[in-house]
Amino acid sequence: MGQYVVRRLILAVPLLLVISMIVFGLLQAAPGGPMGAYVRRGNFSEEDLRRLEERLGLNAPAYVQYGKWLGRVVKLDFGQSISERRPVTQSIRDRLPNTLYLMATAWIVTILIAIPIGVITAIRQYSWFDHLVTGLTFVGQSVPIFWLGLILILVFYIWLDNPFGDGPLLPAGGMYTLGQDFSLWDRIKHLILPVTMLSASWVAWYTRFLRASMLEVIHQDYIRTARAKGLREQVVVMRHAFRNAAIPLVTLMALDLPLIFSGALFTEVIFAWPGMGRLFFTAADRRDYPLLMAIIMITATLIVLSNLLADILYAWLDPRIRFR
Amino acid sequence: MADTQATTATPADAIAAAHGRRHDTMTRLIIRRFLRHRLAVAGLVVLALLVLSALLAPVIAPYDPDALSTTERLQGPSSRHWLGTDDVGRDIFSRVLYGGRISLLIGVAATAVSLLIGTVVGAIAGYFGGFVDNLLMRVVDVFLSFPSLFILIVLATVIRTNSVLRQYSGSIWPIAIVIGGLSWMALARLIRATFLSLREKEFVEAARAAGASNSRIMIRHILPGSLGPIIVQGTLLIAATIITESGLSYLGFGVQPPTATWGTLLDNAQGKMQELPLFAIAPGLMIFLTVMSINYVGDGLRDAFDPHSTR
Repeated sequence: MGQYVVRRLILAVPLLLVISMIVFGLLQAAPGGPMGAYVRRGNFSEEDLRRLEERLGLNAPAYVQYGKWLGRVVKLDFGQSISERRPVTQSIRDRLPNTLYLMATAWIVTILIAIPIGVITAIRQYSWFDHLVTGLTFVGQSVPIFWLGLILILVFYIWLDNPFGDGPLLPAGGMYTLGQDFSLWDRIKHLILPVTMLSASWVAWYTRFLRASMLEVIHQDYIRTARAKGLREQVVVMRHAFRNAAIPLVTLMALDLPLIFSGALFTEVIFAWPGMGRLFFTAADRRDYPLLMAIIMITATLIVLSNLLADILYAWLDPRIRFR
Repeated sequence: MADTQATTATPADAIAAAHGRRHDTMTRLIIRRFLRHRLAVAGLVVLALLVLSALLAPVIAPYDPDALSTTERLQGPSSRHWLGTDDVGRDIFSRVLYGGRISLLIGVAATAVSLLIGTVVGAIAGYFGGFVDNLLMRVVDVFLSFPSLFILIVLATVIRTNSVLRQYSGSIWPIAIVIGGLSWMALARLIRATFLSLREKEFVEAARAAGASNSRIMIRHILPGSLGPIIVQGTLLIAATIITESGLSYLGFGVQPPTATWGTLLDNAQGKMQELPLFAIAPGLMIFLTVMSINYVGDGLRDAFDPHSTR
């Protein structure tokens, strides 16, 4: 297995190199190249711009710039953010904890809801509860999440008022009330809407996935054997069926790991959440190329690694799978 | 399947007869199975109504969607303006109808791009195998490792601002090509798998023995056998690309104002939800209904093409 992991890791290197070249090339094709951001700001003279270009090494041919960029990135130096006027790594370090906090909460909520519902709908296939949930998962998978965010704000911020005081029922932006001392309840209130928006489609996917996977397992011979042995139904379902059905779910979760870094763009933009998704959004708006490049490449690396992790987990949890 | 010989006229027969087609048992069987899926049929009806409302927008819409008015700004719903007017006095109801035209068109165009790339790449990889297959599958790996929303946003910025590409920014194609160009990978893998298995079949060998060229075998003999998954995936892709387009447009990176799409309308509406809640509700509801009905249709098609799938 160690050999397999090493081989996959070695294969990941050319993959990431090709991705970085494509993304670098894309950003070069953008108007005015990386200088566009300075030109747009408008308070630089022609002479200033030329000197700036020279100092940033932006007058060199693209492949030279790429080589230099790569040389720095290997040392985890992603350069200077244009819009934030500080090192890219510092901007990311500031935002990452906020994203982790939001995504982890949404993820835990998702798991807590999706697992019991997925299991119950599979055991009670074609019951009214199953039909209801199947209908709701279709809704959850079809609703555009950015619209869901707007509707949540409309209902809980604009329409409904706080019955115990002034103001809206729930806040519609930020992580906490500015200028107030730390309060757990305040933090939770700010989490409710963004987490609801994130979890809605996430729960729908996981529930549907787990239900399908449970249904597949439940009809296996070893489940019949477990029942024939006279085991309690609860033991059959949880220990024999669920543990096997959860294997594909675990790999699905592994594949979702990059989200922990990149965040949820729509949620963070709509709820003014100071995380990675919004950082990317403003960077794209201001054409902050070093920052865009860094976020895209770190996310791509995480995607490649989480694919590997998913494969390893799958084989580790299911001994019937062999590494090739 | 002896019961397909039954002579009672079914809706499937009616459809087949209306098209004046030769009675194709397989197609009839699929249509019949699809019609048994009640939610899928309901989805098809809703979808047909939505498409019709977009096609007939010039007839139904009471106003020009881009006509400004200085006297009727930010008005609530009334008998003159069913959904009210926006901040420059445009009729929201008309804009939602016209927005549907662009949103649906981009969804279909992006899916066509994606189907084209996915089918060609998958077919070539699966049919020829070996080095070609290996190379193409590595290309798929690269595309699958892109954080696609981020790349879409970067590409959209390039289109919007690059001096050469900018002249096309009024057209739906740049955005359709970009979205389609990033969503063909699953389809390519699927087509590759069916080609891999079908190319070993006797009928392919027979065709080759009869002197058919590679391209003829691929298009005339193998491709029809993988039509089922292509149609199912294609249907579901339309829903996915409509969501992607409206998401991009909502963020301001997709179709540019003043052109109305469901996404740009939501973007417009978001600062005015207090005064005009319907402005924010209507376009999103249209996206939601479209996507949900397409998903149900896709579900029904999947069952119709492959009754054994359990999902």
